[in-house]
This record gives sequence, structure tokens and C-alpha cells, in this order.
Amino acid sequence: MERIAIVGVGQTKHERRKRADSFADMVYEVTTKALADASMTIKDVDNVITVSNDFWDGRTISSMAVTDACGSNGKNVSTVEGDGTFGALYGMMRILSGYYGTTLVVSHLKGSESSMPHITNAMFDPVYERMLGLDSISSSALQARAYMDRYGITEEQCARVSVKNHKNAKNNPNAQVAMDITIDDVMKSRMLADPIKLYDCSPISDGACAIILANEKRAQKITKKPVWVRGVGYCAEAYHLGDRDLADPIALKAAAKKAYSMAGITNPRAEIDVAEIYDAFSYMELLWMEGLGLCEPGRAGRLVEQGVTEMGGELPINPSGGVLSAHTVLVAGLVRIVEAALQLRGDSGKRQVAGAKTALAHGINGPCGQSHCVWILGN
Amino acid sequence: MAKRVAIVGFGQTHHTTTRRDVNGVELINQAVTRALDDAHLTINDIDAIVIGNMDHFEGINYVDTWSIDGSGGYMKPIFKVCTGGTTGSTVAMAGFYHVASGMWNTVLAIGWEKNSESDTTGAIITAFEPVWDRPTFAGAVGGLAQDAMAYMHETGATLEDSARVAVRDRQHALNNPYAHLKLNISIDDVMNSPMISYPIRFLDMCPRTDGAAAVIYASEDKAEKITETPTWFIATSNRHDYTMAGDIPFGWLTSLRDASREVYKKAGIKEPLKEIDMGELYLPSSWAGLMWIEMLGLCKRGEGPKLVADGVTDMTGEFPINPSGGVLSCNPIGATGLLRVGEAAHQIMGKCDKRQVPDVKLALTTGFGGCFWSDVILLGKKKPS
Amino acid sequence: MAKAKGGVEEMVLKGKIKVPYTWYVGECASRFYVELRDNKRIFGTKCAKCNKVIVPPRSSCGKCFVPITEWVEVKDTGVVQTYTVVHYAVPGIQPLKPPYAYGIIKLDGADTGFVHVIVGADLTALKAGTRVKAVFKEERQGNMLDIQYFTPV
Ligand SMILES: [Zn+2]
Repeated sequence: MERIAIVGVGQTKHERRKRADSFADMVYEVTTKALADASMTIKDVDNVITVSNDFWDGRTISSMAVTDACGSNGKNVSTVEGDGTFGALYGMMRILSGYYGTTLVVSHLKGSESSMPHITNAMFDPVYERMLGLDSISSSALQARAYMDRYGITEEQCARVSVKNHKNAKNNPNAQVAMDITIDDVMKSRMLADPIKLYDCSPISDGACAIILANEKRAQKITKKPVWVRGVGYCAEAYHLGDRDLADPIALKAAAKKAYSMAGITNPRAEIDVAEIYDAFSYMELLWMEGLGLCEPGRAGRLVEQGVTEMGGELPINPSGGVLSAHTVLVAGLVRIVEAALQLRGDSGKRQVAGAKTALAHGINGPCGQSHCVWILGN
Repeated sequence: MAKRVAIVGFGQTHHTTTRRDVNGVELINQAVTRALDDAHLTINDIDAIVIGNMDHFEGINYVDTWSIDGSGGYMKPIFKVCTGGTTGSTVAMAGFYHVASGMWNTVLAIGWEKNSESDTTGAIITAFEPVWDRPTFAGAVGGLAQDAMAYMHETGATLEDSARVAVRDRQHALNNPYAHLKLNISIDDVMNSPMISYPIRFLDMCPRTDGAAAVIYASEDKAEKITETPTWFIATSNRHDYTMAGDIPFGWLTSLRDASREVYKKAGIKEPLKEIDMGELYLPSSWAGLMWIEMLGLCKRGEGPKLVADGVTDMTGEFPINPSGGVLSCNPIGATGLLRVGEAAHQIMGKCDKRQVPDVKLALTTGFGGCFWSDVILLGKKKPS
Repeated sequence: MAKAKGGVEEMVLKGKIKVPYTWYVGECASRFYVELRDNKRIFGTKCAKCNKVIVPPRSSCGKCFVPITEWVEVKDTGVVQTYTVVHYAVPGIQPLKPPYAYGIIKLDGADTGFVHVIVGADLTALKAGTRVKAVFKEERQGNMLDIQYFTPV
């Protein structure tokens, strides 16, 4: 594969409610930030991928809101509806096709403007399951219980993820929920759908994110600190919850295998220096760690207890605070890529993992992580 | 490593107003199964899938993951693209880029819609900006009518001129067993049909349809092993330039002009009417069949009506347009643009039976949607150098 | 009154997308719902390739990608595989007033899990492995809530 690099990144601060900014305002902000980061102008952008969702935006053809703001006028442009990691993937494919030297990928969402349970309920099949009223919290609780029962993962171990990530968020000026909490605080927080409690959940967020990808030739000219895409894998498994083994993330395993094989990684735990994982709920960080092969199935809880995934640990996970500290749906996967890229550039400020050379970023689509996208980046 | 890309299979469902016999997932499955059969492939031969439709026509969020049972996406890479009316052509382009990237050898592209499941116009109205445009915007017909009015005003085109397009595409549909509408109508029938939004009459407008389409792409390493008649992807371009209804230069579909010029440049085409053999064009109203062939450079400004009246765009003409019957005869919106590409590919493969145009070497396809956005794809018989 | 960055009053427009939907469930799911409504019987389909009994029924097997034609009746009893007790309310979506439980239930005779709600005197006693039985509605309309809920037996 031809070498592709991330040459520019930009994100808004993620907030509970961005009253002053429209979708276009947010997208314009991150587009200009990414261009400035890459010392490029919009003329240097060969094509654009926008990422949005008609349900969340309350609008058919949600991408129509941002065509001006992302500077796609007069350019080839397309829209991915799904997590931002998939948008970045399509942006990369378009460069690899030889048609373009650079791709701008932007994603926006305002969770504050709509209703999470209604929108995530619409993931469920109207023919069989939608009437049952499942949403992202209750369906994820089914997965959390299945996973915890299988391996004896405890609620305290999940709580530890929440404590760690909210603490990490204090080092991230763009995070939404940065706080010092204890395991006890998580355990005593309001029970929503057991075993998931309020502090096991990610917040509802507003924000946007942009990255600029370039082929090798352009990347060398644009920046002295290109972040190289070493591998990407993505895969989906069965849809109906009852058709799946919710405690075994087989699609993630397949996606990771592909990404690792492209990157030449044989021992991910040893070779990856920092990971940004889609922890929409605290248990997800543990389950996805196992799916990513960062530990044996059932061992992630112990790893977290041992501090392996903390800042300063052997493999820091979510130094940014993760999705638990800002869950701008669709945008969040792209933010994982940006955070991983900043780590590799050494531009992560107080959340920097010293000497990071290989980073992992991860996004999900569909109920209970039905579809996964895994990126391995290097500097 | 960038790869040349060919279409090696195409399948479509039976299209009608309401497909009560299948749900959305099963509808998708029919198109996918037919595309695989057409290419003599099995689902195991497919490396990756891309799918598209418009969320609010069926009210399904995350269609890529929801449709796995039907698409064959179990344990495969899949994601969704969605750009409104251009979704089908956007899917077609995405299938191309998937393979051209060198990441995948064989890719399945799916477009579908069950427009019977919701209020199509109600959903389309939500496409417009809630603060500025939505309170006054009146769905798809209103915008197309304004486009037609601006064109009439400038060029003096008449309602009979547009009726000719409505008749042509409906006559062509009589040869297409898959088409939704098979209307053996005359210009008088069109002229006597109810006025919806001046100058667009009922028979000037596309229907809303239930249906699905699937196209299989293969890389240059695989295509000729799969079929003796691969259809090569020659060039593609699009413009999704406008954001607000007021941005649209009614009467001038500049997005189509600009995207087609980029395609011609990439393909080295100087005289599209002469060099390209036919078109499967996304013409949602008969008026589009006059104005937009001008934007495509098939004739000069204002000469669209004459080109149509002279029979140049008929089945026996120099540049047959919509041998399938086009969008005026069949419009499962998320599939519509992909149907254009699939039909054009089958024309080049010589698989179109009664609607076959003889000896097609180059075929032009378009997609239309969003805020007067355009997608253009050129397909050819000869492997690009 | 909230002030934006530029000091101007921030205006908000309220809206709602109101698009009515009519979902045609197709012939396969129609048969499932007719049996549920008229006879209080639960049917699945059996894939000839992997021999799995899939409930609720599918007309093709997602894993084998082959059409399925064989119908198999399963029991209205089964075992809870995983569950959650819901404590938060979302009126308009949820079929019951919380607290109630969701479970993925392996019905006797089925190879896949069946997602439904579970109601019982003591939901805290719910466990993976708990046996449950369907309670049917008196007035059935041909939808998933013709099974009012499952309850521990
Ligand atoms: Zn099977």
C-alpha cells in the first residue's frame, strides 16, 4: 500500500450544549483549524469527506448543512454516515485510488439538539425489536452483563475505567467531563440499567473534528511531522442481538487482525505505545481491549486494576479521557484518530505519553459494537 | 497501489409502488443475490460492501449494520454512504474507490429504498435548513418546478417540449421488465395530466418506488477472470456545491456542467454527443431531460428541445437516453443512481435484451439530488490505459 | 437570557420531524406474527446449511447466506442468557414503566437468542440461567408485544 499520512488535525472543544454554534459554524472552525495545523489553504484540499447522520441532525441529507463550511464547493465530495473512523477510511481510499493527493475529513454532531434514546432506539429493527424500546444504554447493559458474567469482570473494575478516563480528561482542554471521582462515586451513581450506572456512561456532547490526509509525496512537502497510517481494518458481525455472542467481539478481532497484519504488528500489547479506544461505556474499554488482543479474554479487568492502562502505565489507554469524557457521536472516532496522531507528533501537552511511536485508534458502528474500525498509526 | 476497476455484475429487484412481500432486508437480499448470480460469484468472493439509502424514508438508523442478514455482510467490512438523491451514484462511486484503492479486489455496492414505508415528500422537506429554508420549502417538485420555470423563461421551451421527454422515457420503459411504471402514453396524455406545480404536470414527474440494486466491482487483477465482458470505470466526478435553496442557480445545473467537464477532461472527450454512445441519466422530471442535456454539453444552451424532438435521444438515435425508462419510470431513491450505473454496465456487456442499444462502447451516467447536486460516472468497454 | 460569543441573544427554534412510517414486515415475518396473534405459537426458521433454528424467523441465513424455507415451532419457555433491569424512563419508547428487565432468552428449541422484556415479582433474583415463560396478551394485534412479557418460572 502506498503510504498515507495525517498532516493536519482540528477539533472543537466538546461541550454539553454549544448554543452559539450551528453545524456549519463547528465544521468551519475545525476545517480552518486543520488547515492551519497543516499550513495549507482550502485550495490544497483535493477532495472532501463529510461525516454526519440524518437522525442525529434531524434532517434528511444532513451533509447539506456543511457543504459551504467544509470548503467542498468546486471539489469532489462524499458523505459517510457512520463513525468518523469510517469517514477517514473512505478519505484514505480515495487518495489510494490515485485520484487525489489530499482528503479533508470532517465530522459534526450536536447531541444536545436531539434525543439520544429515540435516535438509538431507531437502530433497532422495526420488524422485530424496535417496539421493545431498547436504546444504546439498555442494549449495552445486556452486553455488559453477558461479558461480566462470562469472565467474572466486576462492577468495580468497570468503575476503575471511568475513574481513570475522567481523570485523564483533566489534561485535555477539549474534553467535556473532566473530574476526580472515586470508584465509590461510580458505584453509588444512579443505576440506569444494571450493571450500567450513570458514571459508567459517556455524556451527550456537541462538537466537530477534522483531519487532513495526504499521499506520501504531498505529506513530505506539507509537514515535518507526518503521522503515517500503518494499518486499517474494519469488519461487521451479525445484527440481531440474539444472533450474537455479545461477550465475544469477533468483528473487532477480525478488524484488529487486518490492521495489525498491514502494520506488521505481531504483539500488539508490546508494540503499541498508546491507544484511543471507543469507550462509550466503561465496560466497553475492557471488552474492546480484549477484542483488540491487548490482553487475553477476561483479563482486561485485572490489567486496569494493575494500572497498566493509566498514564505512566505500560500501555496508556485513552489519555484524552476517551469517549467517557466527551461522546460526540460520529465525531468521537475521528477524535480518537486525532488524539492518537497528536501523541505521535508529541503535541499532546499534559496528556502526552512520552516517546509514543505506535498508536491505536478505534471506532464503532451499530448496536453493542457490531461494526469496528481499527487504525494503527506511526511516526 | 491504484487499480483499474471494472463492473462485473449487476442485479436489481422487481420494482413497484409497494413491495409488501418483503421487508427492507429481504429486498436488499434479492438485489444482492441477483448481482452475484449475474457475475457467477458467491458471497464468499466479496471482500467488502458499501451500502446507501436515505434514513428518513424507512426510519432505520445505521442501515449498514441493520442490513447484514440481507447484504451478506456478516464478518465483512461494510459502511454506509448517504447524500440524498445522489445516494445511488454516491454508492456507485464508493464501490469504485474501494477497489481503485487497492485495498479490496471485489466489492459489492448496494442501493435500496422502500419509499412506500414513509411520506416521501414529508421526508424530503426535512432536507432543508430548519432555520431558513424548511418553513417555506415544498419538497422535490417545488425546486424542480422553479428550475424549469427559469429555463422556460430564458429559452422559450414549451410544455410540449418537456412532454416529449416524458413520453420518450415511458416508451423506453415498455422494453424493461424491471421498470416500475410501464405507461404507453402520448404527448396529449402528458399535456392533459393534472398540473402539480407549474410547469410540472403529473406525468412530467418521477414516481416513488420500492426497489433495490446491487453492483459488483472487481480490480483489474480479477475482472477479466470473472467475466469476458467487464465494464470499465473510465472516470467520475461530482459537485455537491450548494447548501441553501437560495444558492441554487435555477435553470442552470452548474453542478452537472462542472462535474461532467471534469469527467470529459479525465477521459479525453471533446465532443460528448459524438464520442459517447448513450446515457442513463438521473432525470427526475421531464424538464430535466431538456435542460440538463445542455449542461452535459450534448448540445448548446437552448437546443435541448430540438435534440429531443429530432429523435437524437430515442432508442434509434445517435445518443439514446434512458433505454431503461429512466427515473421517470422507476425511482427507488437510494437505488436510483446505482440503477443508472448498473443499466449502463449491462448495456456495455450487451445484456439488455429488448432495451439493448447496439454496440455501446462508452456510456454516461448521472446522479442528482441534495441541493441540486450532481454526480457523473463514465463507463466503457475498453480497459483504460 | 443566554448571550452568544458576540453578545447577541441566542435564539432557539423548536422542531420535530414528523414522518409516519408503515413497515411491511414481509411474508416471513408475517407468518410469525399471524401464528403469534392467532395461536399464541412462536415459530422460527431452520437453515438447511447450518441447521440452526433462528427465532424470530429470517427468510435467509445471515451467516450462511442461503434462503431458508423450513419452519419450526419453538416453545414459549426458555433460558435467560443475559439481562438488564432498566431503571430510567423514556416515555413513548419503552413498552412498560420501569423498573422492568430486558433479556436475551434462548427459547427451548431455538439456537438463537430472543430479545424481550421480563417482568416478575423479584427482578433482583434474575440471573443468567433463569428459566422464563411467555405471558401472552389477551388482545393480540400481530406485533412483538403480543407477548406481553416473559416471567420467571
Ligand atoms: Zn445457516
